[in-house]
Amino acid sequence: MTEKSFMAGFGGQGIISMGQLWVYCGMKEGLEVTMFPFYGAEKRGGIARAGCVVSTTEIASPLVTTPDSAVVMNEDSLPLCEGIVKQGGTLLINSSLVKTETKRKDCRVVKVPCNEIAEKIGDGKIANMVMMGALSKVTGAVKLDKLEPVLKSFFPPSKHRFIEMNLKAIEAGKSAV
Amino acid sequence: MAEEKRLMKGNDAIGEAAIRAGCTAYFGYPITPQNELTAYMARHMIDHKRTFIQAESEVSAINMVFGAAAAGARAMTSSSSPGISLKQEGISYACGADVPCVVVNVARSGPGLGGISPGQGDYFQATRGGGHGDYFHLVLAPKSVQEAAELTFEAFDLADQWRMPVMILADGMIGQMMEGVTFPEPRDLEKLPARPWAAGGQYKTHRPINHVSSINLVPDELEAKVHERFLRYEQIKKKEIRFEEVNTDKADLILVAYGTSSRVCLGAQQMAKALGIELGIFRPISLWPFPYDRIAALAAKGKRFLTVEMSMGQMVQDVQLAVAGKAQVSFYGRCGGNIPTEEAVLAEARKLLGK
Amino acid sequence: MELAYGHPKSLKPIQTKYCPGCGHGVIHRIICEVIDELGLQEKSIITNPVGCSIWADLYFDIDSVQPAHGRTPAAATGVKRVRPDHLVICYQGDGDLAAIGTAEIVHAANRGEKFTTIFVNNAIYGMTGGQMAPTTLVGQKATTAPYGRDPEGAGMGYPIHVLEMLATLEGTRYLARGSVNNAANVRKTKQYIKKAFEAQMSGVGFTMVEILSQCPTNWSMDPQESVEWLEKNMIPFYQLGEVKNTLEASK
Repeated sequence: MTEKSFMAGFGGQGIISMGQLWVYCGMKEGLEVTMFPFYGAEKRGGIARAGCVVSTTEIASPLVTTPDSAVVMNEDSLPLCEGIVKQGGTLLINSSLVKTETKRKDCRVVKVPCNEIAEKIGDGKIANMVMMGALSKVTGAVKLDKLEPVLKSFFPPSKHRFIEMNLKAIEAGKSAV
Repeated sequence: MAEEKRLMKGNDAIGEAAIRAGCTAYFGYPITPQNELTAYMARHMIDHKRTFIQAESEVSAINMVFGAAAAGARAMTSSSSPGISLKQEGISYACGADVPCVVVNVARSGPGLGGISPGQGDYFQATRGGGHGDYFHLVLAPKSVQEAAELTFEAFDLADQWRMPVMILADGMIGQMMEGVTFPEPRDLEKLPARPWAAGGQYKTHRPINHVSSINLVPDELEAKVHERFLRYEQIKKKEIRFEEVNTDKADLILVAYGTSSRVCLGAQQMAKALGIELGIFRPISLWPFPYDRIAALAAKGKRFLTVEMSMGQMVQDVQLAVAGKAQVSFYGRCGGNIPTEEAVLAEARKLLGK
Repeated sequence: MELAYGHPKSLKPIQTKYCPGCGHGVIHRIICEVIDELGLQEKSIITNPVGCSIWADLYFDIDSVQPAHGRTPAAATGVKRVRPDHLVICYQGDGDLAAIGTAEIVHAANRGEKFTTIFVNNAIYGMTGGQMAPTTLVGQKATTAPYGRDPEGAGMGYPIHVLEMLATLEGTRYLARGSVNNAANVRKTKQYIKKAFEAQMSGVGFTMVEILSQCPTNWSMDPQESVEWLEKNMIPFYQLGEVKNTLEASK
């Protein structure tokens, strides 16, 4: 199994964090992983992208050019993501912020109202975790089971109080698809 | 028990590996895309009560390395392409004075300021002795975060063993990407190789004084010194050539690439296999010394070569030297911070094979 | 019988290659006398400049490191940081320190690096053959200022008062200017050096002694004329004495 994922949004949406946590959880599940972040020159509000590969075998190219799954977190990222996602792949769309319909008919389209779900849980900032739950459910590449100890080792102790909410968001994302 | 695998950026992993290898003095200057490395060293060297200085320039940083290493410390600096150009002065002096040290180049695209995206355009500078004078030094090119850590750790030993700077030639992709990595046990600082030639500590042994210097104004003496160094280079060529091969026995066409572009080539090779096309991979790990003999042996078996680089073609000249006209050598490259894609490499290979 | 005066142990008993009347030999000697007086011969490291005093490693009987032109303060930084218990002497000339190595000296001083710089100022490039130095006086002739240093008309700039410039940096603790043009000044200069070395070994910040020195060869004078010229022209411009001393404040 090799799953190449491409995540895109704007700076501040937690795109890089999502990519990082996705591959971290993959690594904890015994997979080979790689993640390459890309930011715009702006420190805030610019583009943010993460190319992630998780695999049961050695990973060849760390550069994700034709992803099996593409995550579209904002409207501006749709043209890029729908332009590269593999035929028969999956386009995961944050329908809270992406209103345009995708032109792609040859791949699975999964819409998740990430921001709405996140706000219901208590904080719009964890929309990325909702999406990561959905990505897990749809691809099955990273299971995101028994996550609490993993998150505890990922986040510094000062952030541990947010873990419960993150877990809820991931579960809600899984249930939403 | 082996330590747990950690998810780290290449830059951070290089820093951790250096600290574990017994690097007690680090000197750097900010430049993208290696900034995490300097920041990692700042935090962890200070925590370990070792020397860290953010120097006023790349030039100063390499000369601080020169001083610290000449005084007996395992010393290191890191930078990216434009900064490495500035360090060439100090590297030449370190080679001329036989001062071991580690220099990391997380290369970007050039020339000039160029861009901050990954590049492999520093190959000539790295492998031909980028400063003035007659010299070479070891150059090792990692393909992954794990290998970046391993080669950095080993670089300190190689530097001591051969008394020369060792360069880790990574690129922005290796520096910026995150992968799982495990580290060797930290070196016991008390058990590092002795440096009886270094300046300082004379009061402990009352030995004759030591000069750490590259100067010699007597032509015959300087020539003898250079000859001695080149005899050492011959030994290095016998012992330190490293490379990795994939499927070179079955394939007629062999992709030659190092670092990030070798990973892309591996992807292309796997895609080709799925289409029933055999491709081989030849990945030099030591860029100096370069594995000329092995490539020549493959050429003698009738293999063809496609060199893939993130440049306009630099290592391809070494491949041509190796085959000495006895095999076809083609080139595919991207530059400006672009990375060749698996698809493009595959297409190039198929074009050459007519399949 | 007690030995009243002898050759310093830290200075090799050989004739130097310096020109007759050159100040480097005397400067080497007083440095070595101080090293001996402090009992630091086997605990001293000198980092040499590029310039005439590149030969220092032939004469000092102590460990040495030879870096690139102007980079000596950076190399001395590296040496001192990893050998903090040693006396580290950063020996520099005016081209090395005040031209090509300006960044290195300013930042080493600003970081308060705990080595001592000996700055030999003879207002000319010696080894390369009498070119204009940053410290060449206005009107003084050099091969690259054949009609004399013309600061504005020919855009050659003014001679630099290095110590006064460095005195503004908080990392500098002891900055003194001496001269080797006569015996009295030699003695005084040696006292400055001793104070700087003692301060270094007690672990305070940056210390530096600038020493006005003569270069009869490149000044096209005989040795006697050169000491007179130094006294008449250099001392009024580069005033002797302690330019900055905040050693007491650190006790």
